Amino acid sequence: MNLLEVKDLRVLFDTRDGEVVAVNDLNFSVTPGETLGIVGESGSGKSQTAFSLLGLLARNGRASGSARFRGEEILNLPEQRLNRIRAQEIAMIFQDPMTSLNPYRKIGPQLSEVLELHKGVGRKEALAQSLAMLDAVKIPEAAKRLDSYPHELSGGMRQRVMIAMALLCQPKLLIADEPTTALDVTVQAQILKLLDELKKEFNTAIVLITHDLGVVAGLCDKVLVMYAGRTMEYGPVEDIFYNPSHPYTQGLLHAVPRLDIPGAALATIPGNPPNLQELAAGCPFWQRCSSATEHCQTDAPVLETFGEGRLRACHLESRELLEVV
Amino acid sequence: MPEKHATDPLLEASDLTVHFDIKRPGALPWRGSDSLCAVDGVSLQLQAGETLGVVGESGCGKSTLARALMRLVPVTSGQVTWLGKDLSGLSAAELRDSRKDMQMIFQDPIASLNPRMTVGDSIAEPLRSLCPELPRDEVRARVKAMMERVGLLPNLINRYPHEFSGGQCQRIGIARALILEPKLVICDEPVSALDVSIQAQIVNLLQELQREMGLALIFIAHDLSVVRHISDQVLVMYLGNAVEYGPSTSVFESARHPYTKALLSAVPVPDPRLERSKSVQLLEGDLPSPINPPSGCVFRTRCPVAIQACAASKPSLQYTSGHGVACPNTEIA
Repeated sequence: MNLLEVKDLRVLFDTRDGEVVAVNDLNFSVTPGETLGIVGESGSGKSQTAFSLLGLLARNGRASGSARFRGEEILNLPEQRLNRIRAQEIAMIFQDPMTSLNPYRKIGPQLSEVLELHKGVGRKEALAQSLAMLDAVKIPEAAKRLDSYPHELSGGMRQRVMIAMALLCQPKLLIADEPTTALDVTVQAQILKLLDELKKEFNTAIVLITHDLGVVAGLCDKVLVMYAGRTMEYGPVEDIFYNPSHPYTQGLLHAVPRLDIPGAALATIPGNPPNLQELAAGCPFWQRCSSATEHCQTDAPVLETFGEGRLRACHLESRELLEVV
Repeated sequence: MPEKHATDPLLEASDLTVHFDIKRPGALPWRGSDSLCAVDGVSLQLQAGETLGVVGESGCGKSTLARALMRLVPVTSGQVTWLGKDLSGLSAAELRDSRKDMQMIFQDPIASLNPRMTVGDSIAEPLRSLCPELPRDEVRARVKAMMERVGLLPNLINRYPHEFSGGQCQRIGIARALILEPKLVICDEPVSALDVSIQAQIVNLLQELQREMGLALIFIAHDLSVVRHISDQVLVMYLGNAVEYGPSTSVFESARHPYTKALLSAVPVPDPRLERSKSVQLLEGDLPSPINPPSGCVFRTRCPVAIQACAASKPSLQYTSGHGVACPNTEIA
């Protein structure tokens, strides 16, 4: 049984220059305890996907389609209903730990407030639970930290506080939007290990949004590759990395310099990501694709199932594609 | 010092130290200020056409080192020698002259361009200020040629930076740095603000231009994979100190300092089976405050192999066949 099932998700923004489609017909699902990675470059719609699920879109944004969480439709729910789901059922960690905490309030009250508001727990009990959670995310001298202001903590510590806050109500699903991008590698390694441990301990499903393929390789069970708001490829992590079926995925994998395979020349994807406002018919990737044909310029490929639990949007036969590699 | 080369190095720094004075918050005005040691006795050598990668986490003094090398921040002690001349002894006019040969590329490609100057003007700026005798037509021709060389259409010369993407802005920054045909370009995190596919384009462009123009590069980055890809020599810094310094292959393949080892093992590899089976040497805790660094070896508070003696004296780089390590306990690690 799927914990979260997203069907034909579309996110539109009304701008002065007309309507912009930020997310286009997205389909994915997450089962309990599973980790889904959403990868793509900036502007590919990763974050807007997450925001739309929790009703956090900017005022000029609209979401359509369907997102079922434990069978219940959560897309475009009224604020009151959403507030019950947020934190208790689905929690979110944001990219920038520096600006996601309230600088005027101590860590303790910021954490306990979550429990007081969502679970109706008393202040004292809430603080005790917050303390236990800070311990669980391995913050040293947690009792002292309850009495600290965010600016007194380092970036890695603040991100741990954010994770603790997100896990306080023991949500079934955690959406982590670039949780380690602002952190140094050694701290990133600590946070990733922590997420992996917590996921096993609480059986939390995670939607991990990132542009770092290394992070995806380490943590995710399934991967969704996005480009210009659309799914390029979707499937189990091993298939995506060892047998990518979309030219964009292949390009991405070859463009990353590898610490373990030095010396190989970096393959590049020529050109720049398209402007979403000027997206023409056809595959959004064709201008940068080495195997694009005329067909790709006029018709956008539809997302097709192929193989076990895999989806891809490309006109190329998968047989032809393997020869390209 | 690493092994001496037959030719004189392009750039040499010896025992370079940079301190910043930090006023204690709330301290009375006549009280002295604290001193923050951003770079602590770093020595390095760079040959013409070579690439030196500088790696380390945020706050380790990478950028300050770069700035000190160009004399953009005052050096507290130590020496920077550029083509045999001591940079600190140069007059303002001489320094200006030597800057023709050393240029810089910055991290944030969009913020490092003046939004009110056209791209052409931005690229021409170094020529105008350092070679004022050049006629206008010549400047324009050189700007167009340089734009073409970095992969920008020359007919975009009158556009403004906001009309370009991050990757294109970085190309403009590179064109601006290369227009004087310098001998050395210091790149301070040139690709960390860019997406993966664009990052590869810029790295390849830099390498191509380096080959064509015989540039020496100092490449500062926190992304070790990129540094390994581009560097001949690597300098690993921690809290203002050089902890390991040597040829890139030697440092990356047989890292000896416990910090370098931890740093390397922490880099996620885009290969699920490898990534899940590798052992990560996790470091405990956070970077200590540079205002109040630990005694002795600065890394000892997070070091997995620290012993009591580490608190007593600070280890200096000890070289074996050109590969320097500032740790006496490398056998245990």
